[in-house]
Amino acid sequence: MLGNKNMQNHEVREIGVIAPRIDALTKVTGAENFAADLYPEGFLWVGVKRSDFPHANILAIDGLAASKLTGVTAVLTHRDIKGSNRLGIFEKDQPILADKTVRHYGDAVALVVAESKAALAEALAAIRVEYELLPPVFDPEAALEASAPILHPTRPAGNVLIKSEIVCGDGAANLEKCAFQATVKIRTGWQEHAFLETQTGVAWMEEDGTLSMTVSTQTPFRDRLELAEALGISPAKIHVVAPCLGGGFGGKDGVTVQGFLALAAMHSGGRPVKIYYSREESILAGTKRHPLRAEYTVGCDQDGVLQTLSCRLLFDTGAYASLGSEVFALAMEHAGGPYRIPNVSILGSAVYTNNPVSSAFRGFGVPQAAAVMEQVIDELAKAGGFDPLELRRKNAVRRGDTSPTGVLLTQTTGILECLDQLERHPLWRQRTKWCESAPAFKRRGVGIATIYHSVGFGPAIADYANAKLEILTDGKFRVYAGVSDMGQGNASTYAQIAGHILCQPHEIMDLVLPDTARTLPSASSSASRTTFTYGNAMIGAAELLRDRIRARAALMISFQLLHSVPIEEIELLPGVARHLPSGRSVPLSLVATMMDASERTATYSYTCPVNNQPIASGENLRMHGFPHRVVTYGAQLVTVEVDTLTGETAVCDMLNCVDAGRVLNPQAYEQQVQGGAAQGLGYALFEEFAVADGRILTGDFSTYILPTALDVPDMVTEPVTPDEKDGPFGMKGVGEIGIDGVFPAIANAIADATGVRITAETMSAEKVLAALRQTGQEGRP
Amino acid sequence: MTLNFILNGKNLSVETSPDRRVVDLLREDLGLSGTKECCGSGECGACTILVDGESRLSCLMLAAQLEGRTLLTIEGLASNGELHVVQQAFVEHGAVQCGFCTPGMVLATLDLLRRIPDPTREEVRRELSGNLCRCTGYQKIVDAVMAAARTLHGGMS
Repeated sequence: MLGNKNMQNHEVREIGVIAPRIDALTKVTGAENFAADLYPEGFLWVGVKRSDFPHANILAIDGLAASKLTGVTAVLTHRDIKGSNRLGIFEKDQPILADKTVRHYGDAVALVVAESKAALAEALAAIRVEYELLPPVFDPEAALEASAPILHPTRPAGNVLIKSEIVCGDGAANLEKCAFQATVKIRTGWQEHAFLETQTGVAWMEEDGTLSMTVSTQTPFRDRLELAEALGISPAKIHVVAPCLGGGFGGKDGVTVQGFLALAAMHSGGRPVKIYYSREESILAGTKRHPLRAEYTVGCDQDGVLQTLSCRLLFDTGAYASLGSEVFALAMEHAGGPYRIPNVSILGSAVYTNNPVSSAFRGFGVPQAAAVMEQVIDELAKAGGFDPLELRRKNAVRRGDTSPTGVLLTQTTGILECLDQLERHPLWRQRTKWCESAPAFKRRGVGIATIYHSVGFGPAIADYANAKLEILTDGKFRVYAGVSDMGQGNASTYAQIAGHILCQPHEIMDLVLPDTARTLPSASSSASRTTFTYGNAMIGAAELLRDRIRARAALMISFQLLHSVPIEEIELLPGVARHLPSGRSVPLSLVATMMDASERTATYSYTCPVNNQPIASGENLRMHGFPHRVVTYGAQLVTVEVDTLTGETAVCDMLNCVDAGRVLNPQAYEQQVQGGAAQGLGYALFEEFAVADGRILTGDFSTYILPTALDVPDMVTEPVTPDEKDGPFGMKGVGEIGIDGVFPAIANAIADATGVRITAETMSAEKVLAALRQTGQEGRP
Repeated sequence: MTLNFILNGKNLSVETSPDRRVVDLLREDLGLSGTKECCGSGECGACTILVDGESRLSCLMLAAQLEGRTLLTIEGLASNGELHVVQQAFVEHGAVQCGFCTPGMVLATLDLLRRIPDPTREEVRRELSGNLCRCTGYQKIVDAVMAAARTLHGGMS
C-alpha cells in the first residue's frame, strides 16, 4: 500500500471512542503559546488607572505629571477615543475609559503605556483624578426604590435593566387549591470565574493601518464589531487572533482588555503593546456570576403532582448590562426546573447597582435558578411526606410536554432516564445505611437535584458557525477552528469529527485556532453550543471535501484502469484513497497535488434551527434568547459529612447522570461534567465573594477560596445518550449542565444531615456552625 | 549581578538584578513561558519549578536564590521529543484541559513521586493541594498521577 509513513503510528479514532486531545501534547510540554505568553520584540506595557469611588462624576483627569515620567510613552483618557466609547452586546452602556461617570470600583479611568512595569506603576500612581461624589446604591432592592440614585440616567426604566413575567395556566392563584405547599427564600452570591490565565493580550498597528491583536477571548469575531464601533474604526481594519485560552467559563465572553490594547496600540507608533492583569486586577475588573435573591413557593396535590409555582427573582447585574439581560432570560426560562407544572407565575428583574459587573458564567443564570427551585422541591417533599426522588420522577417532563415556562419540548428529553440511573446507583440505594454509620461528631446526608439546560442562543440571535477544512499538498489536513478553545478541547473535537468522516487519524491534523484573517466567522465559545454548532458545520465541510477527494481519486484511477470509475467505488483510508473493486490506491498527497488550491479547501455554513413557537408571556425575553429548542438534562447526587465541631462540610461522593445526547469523546465529556461539578462545589461551599459598599473584600486567592484537590471527591459520571437529531452525531452540548445542580444538591444534603438550610450565599463552615448552634447540634457527638 | 546555575541541564550564566522574580526571569528574559503565573502570591502553584529536584514557587523566589542551583522547568522535562512518563500520563488520562495549571501540576507531580513513589489517591490529593486547577475537578489529574506512579514503579503496588 502506498501509505503515508507519518500516519503509521496513528489510528483512526471513531466518534464515541476515547481520544486524547491534540492540544494536550503541546500544553504538557509548555510549548503551547497562550496570549499571556507573548512578549513581542520591543513591546510596551499597558496598565489601567481604576476608579477611586463606586459612583462619582469625573471633573478632571490630570495625566501630565505621569506622562512626563521616564519610560512612559503615553497617558490616555476618553478624550483619545474617536468612536462611541461604548461597549456592550445589546445594551451599549459601558465605556472603555470612563468619560463622565464612574459606576464601580473596577471602572477604568485612564490608560498608561510604558517601557517597564516599574514605570507603569509609577505613572498610574501619578495620575490625578478629581471626582464629584454621587450617592451609590449597592442593594438591588434599594436600587428599585423611587429615591434611588440612577446609574444610567438616560435609560427610561431607571435602574431596571430588564424585567419580565411568565404566566402559565392560572398562575399563582392556583396555590389555594394545592394540598401541600412549600416556600423558600434564598440568596445566592457572586462567583468569580478564576480562570488561571487572567485577562491578557498583545496588539500592534500594522503598516497598512490594520490593528492586530492576539488576545484571550471567547468571542474574536464579535469583538471586532464591538471594538470598531467603540473606537470609530472599520471592523475590516481589526484583526483578532484567539490562541488557546487559559480558561474562560464565560468571563472572556466579550471585550475585557481588547479596548485598552487597541487604544494603546493606536498610540504607540507601531510598537507592540501588552497587558496582563494581575490576579487582583482580574478580580476587581472582571465580570462575575450574578447574585440572585429569590422567593419560591410550589404546591402539589394529594398525590404529589405539581400544580403551581409562584416565584420572584431579582438579579444584581452591577454597574453595566454586559450579558445581564441574556443571563436573566435564561434563568427565567429555566426557573421552574424540568417539571410539568400547569400553573406558573414567574416574576423577575435584573437591576443596575454600583457593585461589580456580572455577566456570563458557565450555567448562565441556570445554577442560580436551580439553587432555589431544587431546594423548594425538597421542602415540598418534606411537607407532603414524599420521597424526594419519587416526587421528581412523578413530575419530570417527557418529550412533547410543555416546560413550566410554556416551552414545547420537541427534542430528546432524557430526564427520566437520568433519574432511573441515579435511583439504580448504590449511592442512592445505600444512602440510609451510609448516613446511619456516620462517625462521631459527624452528620451525614444525601441530596439530589434535577436540572435542565438549553443549548444555543435561542430564536433571535443567529447561532451559526462556518467550518473550513483543507487538504494540504502533503496529504494531511488542516482544520480551521473559528470558535475559541477556552480549554474544552473543542478544536480537537472538530479535528476528530473531520477525521471520522475522512477516515484519517485526527491527531496529526493541523489546527488553526480562531483568527479573523484565516478562520471563518463563527459565533462565540459559549452556551453549550461550541461543538454543537461548529460540529454540524464541520460535518458539512468534511463531507464536501471527502467527496471532492474521492472524485479526483476516481479520475486518477480511471486513467490507470482505462475505464470510468464511479465515485461510489472510492473509499478514503488513512493516507490513501482506495478503489475497492481493483484494490488500487492513490496516496492523498498525490490526489492533493492534482487539486487546485480552490478545491483543496472546503467550507460549510451552518445555522441552528430555532424554536419558533408562539409564547404566551415573557415576549420581551425573546430577543435575549427565549425560548430554546434543544435541551440537556441531568440528575445529580451528592453525599456530605458535616462536622458538628467545626461546621465544615465535606462532599464525599458525587454522581452526575447527564443527558447531553450522544457522546463524541467520553474523555472530553467527563472533563466537562467533572469540571463543571467542581465549580458547582466551590460555588456552594467555599467561594464566598464578599463585597461591602461596592468594594471587593475577597480580592485575591488568599481570601477568595477555590476548591483544591482535597475538596473535590472522585465522581461518577453516567451519560444518558439519546440520539439528538439536531446535533452532530446525535450530541447536544455538555459544557454547562454539570454545574447546574451541585449547589442545591449540596444544600439538600446538608439539610438531610442537619435539618437546617443556609439561605444566604455560600454554605460556609461558619454559617453551618451557626445553624448547628441555633438548633442545639453544635459539638454533638 | 551575574548568576550561575544549571537550567534544564545546561550551565547558564545570566546578568540580572538580584531581586528579579524568578518567574519573570524565566518568562520574560529567558523566553521560557511554559512556567505560568496566575496569582503572583504563592496561592495557586502554576509557577512551580523544580530547584535541586524540589518543587518551588517561582513567583516567590528571587533571582539571587538561584546561584549554584539546578533548575528544571517544564521545557526541560521531555527529552529528545519523548514525553516524560508523567507528561504522557497527563495526556492519556485527560488531565489537561485549558492547560494553564498543567506545567506546574506536572512538576509538582514529579516532586511528589520522588518523595512518595507509590502514593494512594488521598496522598496525591494532599500533595497536589497547593496547585489549583479550575477546569478538571482534579479527578483526571489524580488518575494520571496514579498511572504514572504505576509505570515508573511497575509492579510495586
